[in-house]
This record gives sequence, structure tokens and C-alpha cells, in this order.
Amino acid sequence: MGTKISAETTKRVAELARLDLSLDELTKMQRDLNEILSAFKIIDEVRTDVQPSFHPMPVENVTREDKIEPYLGQEKALAQTKHKHEGYFKGPKVV
Amino acid sequence: MKFNITAREFIERSRSGDLDYMAFAGMMMDELQRINKKYNCLREIVDIRSHLNIEPELHGLPMSVKDSICTRGIGSFAGSRILEGYVPPFDATAVAKAKEQGALVIGKTNQDEFGFGTFSTNSGFGIPKNPLDPSRVCGGSSGGAAALTAALNMPHIALAQSTGGSISCPAAWCSVVGLTPTYGLVSRWGLIDYANSLDKIGPIGKTVYDVALLLSTICGHDAKDSTSLDHPKHDYTTFTDRKELHGVKIGVPKEYISGLDSDVEKHVWHAIKKLESLGATYKEVSLPMTKYALPAYYIIATAEASTNLAKFCGLRYGLHADLKGNATEYFSRVREQGFGEEAKRRIMLGTFARMAGYKDAYYTKAMQIRTLIIKEFKQALKRFDVLAAPTMPILPPKFDDVKKLTPTEVYQMDVLTVPANLAGLPHLSVPVAKMIGLHLIGDHLQEPRLIEVASAFEAAK
Repeated sequence: MGTKISAETTKRVAELARLDLSLDELTKMQRDLNEILSAFKIIDEVRTDVQPSFHPMPVENVTREDKIEPYLGQEKALAQTKHKHEGYFKGPKVV
Repeated sequence: MKFNITAREFIERSRSGDLDYMAFAGMMMDELQRINKKYNCLREIVDIRSHLNIEPELHGLPMSVKDSICTRGIGSFAGSRILEGYVPPFDATAVAKAKEQGALVIGKTNQDEFGFGTFSTNSGFGIPKNPLDPSRVCGGSSGGAAALTAALNMPHIALAQSTGGSISCPAAWCSVVGLTPTYGLVSRWGLIDYANSLDKIGPIGKTVYDVALLLSTICGHDAKDSTSLDHPKHDYTTFTDRKELHGVKIGVPKEYISGLDSDVEKHVWHAIKKLESLGATYKEVSLPMTKYALPAYYIIATAEASTNLAKFCGLRYGLHADLKGNATEYFSRVREQGFGEEAKRRIMLGTFARMAGYKDAYYTKAMQIRTLIIKEFKQALKRFDVLAAPTMPILPPKFDDVKKLTPTEVYQMDVLTVPANLAGLPHLSVPVAKMIGLHLIGDHLQEPRLIEVASAFEAAK
């Protein structure tokens, strides 16, 4: 592993994470992430020729019966937004 | 005080009609206001005087709920400014079950934002103080829940939640009992997720009986949570009467008892000897994977958190801003404003760990390490009924000292609580001295063993 995160990568990660970080925040974040990852380097020592455990207990394709159930309803779903228009959520410009 | 009684006594008196509810509820409101001024345990207090619910089996027993667990009609902000103003139109399954059984929600407890912390200092709202020493933190992330349990000398149970130690840590540091159930035993539906493969809802209480009582109420399969276990419901309070521990085999993991604060070490060994005097036998056991649990946990937890938190974008509920700029600009601006520093750090770390080019070295590797940790625990738990260790390696730090810690030093505090959480094993912290807890870890679904050992210890104290 031994990864060092560059300023450029830090900026790219912030963009992917949709965080509009200031320059100061980016600088501090780069330092923190490098400190954390350097402490985590010990995981390289472990021989991991095993399957990953995505859950602590085995879970396999749990599905429920496909039947219609009561849902929240349009009015309640829209009750907590400031951005709505004629029964829809109103979002920012996409294109 | 007239109502300085245990939850058990409260239920008995309510059942027999020997309790003046209006007087009780009035005093409860006064006490909550008084305690909150001193210790900041609750983000919101709910007035119970107007809607008393005295249904069996809990007969109106007051229950606080961690802010990250959804409560119908009561704000649920998960300690985050980005969710400020969010009032769920539904109850989490655990809350619904407790209410159906007669629990009364008295308020939402303060916590680290989304559970991101060990001291409850990463809160977008109030920072709770330790009632045993207000210059010290009360632990996190369910800090408000544990602090309230410690400070309130009236019947009360707390619904809390753990991802990597958020029930055990504050329970130990506030000298109360915290039980983190097996992953999947309690439905996560209605929990504002931190990390789906690690989150567990569980109780904090003054006594082992209290946590056993709340666990019995909230456990059980839920079709709304695909990771919920189909395990027969138990009345866990039936395991609280044990007074001796003959035949109980206890393992003490070597890796958990080195580098401890001397007070913690002394009191934990004293507690283990106490278990021995009650008839249990103990042996040291080695769990060499322990040191890899912390990095594996933080990689998995932040990777999952970074995807869970993607939905908070200032559009449907919580924090909003003016709809200026394109979608990416709008979402990034709202998120920058709404998330605290630690939330941003964990989102960044988790996003990085999942990125193309790094995913195998971090995310997948951490999941493989989890496989090895589960295997190591399972092998040890074939030889022992429970593992016993300190809950936290040190006493709760003072607020001034917390400010000096780097993020990595803060993460190190979780070294003893993270392994069992990563493996989804049930664990219980029981107080052994002021601000010190004994941690009992059992195999999957072995909550009865933990409750028996903790009850016998509690009775002998």
C-alpha cells in the first residue's frame, strides 16, 4: 500500500464526495488522510487469501414478497422540502 | 426523592396501580430540565405529561432515544446540522416496538454527528458532559444516552446505537450498563445509517436487568431490514437471576490487557478475580489479529458512511440553500455547510478507500481481514463461554486534553471495542469502578451468557 495522497488526489476525492472544501480545508484534509493511512499501513502485513466478509453474519439475496403496501404519499413526502413545484421536488439545474 | 426507584419497581408499581402518573411525569420533566442544564444530555426534551401511555408490558416507562434513531413527529437529526429540522413521519422499528409495549419517548439524546466519534464532542448541537466528572467527556458516540442514564435518578432506559463501540464506550465511562446485540438481532430499519454492515441498535440502562428488559422488547425479525435475523424472541430478563458462575469458562485476551491505564488494569483484574470467586474459571487467550481490527474497521466504516451520506444533499429534508448553480455545485455547497469536520474527514477517507485503483488495497483487504477476525473469535469462543477485558483502555479524558489529539490518536481509543463490533458479536459493558467498565464478549446470539455473567457480577458487587 504505502500510498501518499497528493494535493491533486485530495481535490479529486472532495469532488467525488461532493464537498466544496476550502483551500485550507483541503490542505488539512490531505495531511490528516496521509497520517491516518500511514497508521493503517500495518494491514499490508496480513496474508488475505480468504473471501471478504461484506457482513458479519452470512446474508444471501434476501427479498420480500412483491406486493403493494401503503406508502408515505405525495403530500407527506414533500412536506419537509423548501424546494417543490406542482407536487414535485424542485432540484438545481442539471444541464 | 419519591420516584427514585428502579425500572423494575416502576413497572411493578404501575401494574398494581400504585403510582401517581401525573406526579411522576411532572417530576420527570423537572428532572430532565435540571439535568440537561448541567450535562447537556438531550438535544430535545419531549413533554410526556399530555400523552401518557400506560400500556403493558412497560407501563409508561420513560425511554430516551439516540438522535440518529427515527421517532415519528419528533426531530431526528443524528447530531448533524445537515439534518436540522428533519421530523420523521415514521418510527424506527425498535422505537415502534418499545412504544407498542408501553415505553414513553422522553427525548432525543445528544451524540457525535452520525456516530462519528468517541467523545460526543463532534456534535452539531450540544456536547454532553460526564455526570461523574463534568470536566471529562462522557464517551461516544451514544454519549447523551449514557450520561442521562447516569445522571437521572428516576426509572429510565435509553435506546442507543453502536457501530464500533458507541454503546460500550460511553456506558463504561459513565458507569452504566450498555448491551450491543448480535448484528441483526434488532432491526436497523429507521436508523439513520452510519455503516450498514456494522450498525446495531441496543440498550443502555442503570442495571443489567434494564438492558435485558429493553432488548427483549426491541429484538426480533423485521421484513423491512434484509439483514435482520430470523431468531426466536427471548425474554432476556429470565437470565438476570443468576448468582453464581460455576462451570462458566472465561477467556482473557492477552492483546486487550496490555498498555492500559494502571487504574483500569487494577479494577478489571479485580473484577475478573470476582468472577472467579463466583465459580467461573479463566485463562488467558491470544487473539493476534486484534491489531488489524482498528484499521480494517475504519476503512469499512468510512467506506460505507461515504455512500450512506451521499443522500444528504439539501433537497428533500433537513438543511436547504438557495437553488443557485448546477446540481453538483448546489449539493457540494450544502454538504460543505451542513457536515462537521469529522464527518467530512470520514466521507473523504471512505470515498478514497473505494476509488478505482485503491479499492483492492483498502476496501476489499479490510473485508478480508474481517473474515480472519471473525474466524479467530469463533475459534476462541469454542473454548470459552465469554471473553472478558476492559471496555476502554483509559479513563475518560478531560475536554481540554481531547482538543490536543490528532484524528489517528482519537481512532486509537476504540482499539478494544472495535474487534467485537467488526465481527458482529454481542458485547456488554458492566461498571466495575467509577468510569471503568468490564467488557464481556460472547459468540453470535449468546446474549443470555453475557447477561448471566454480568448479573452475577452485579449482584456480588
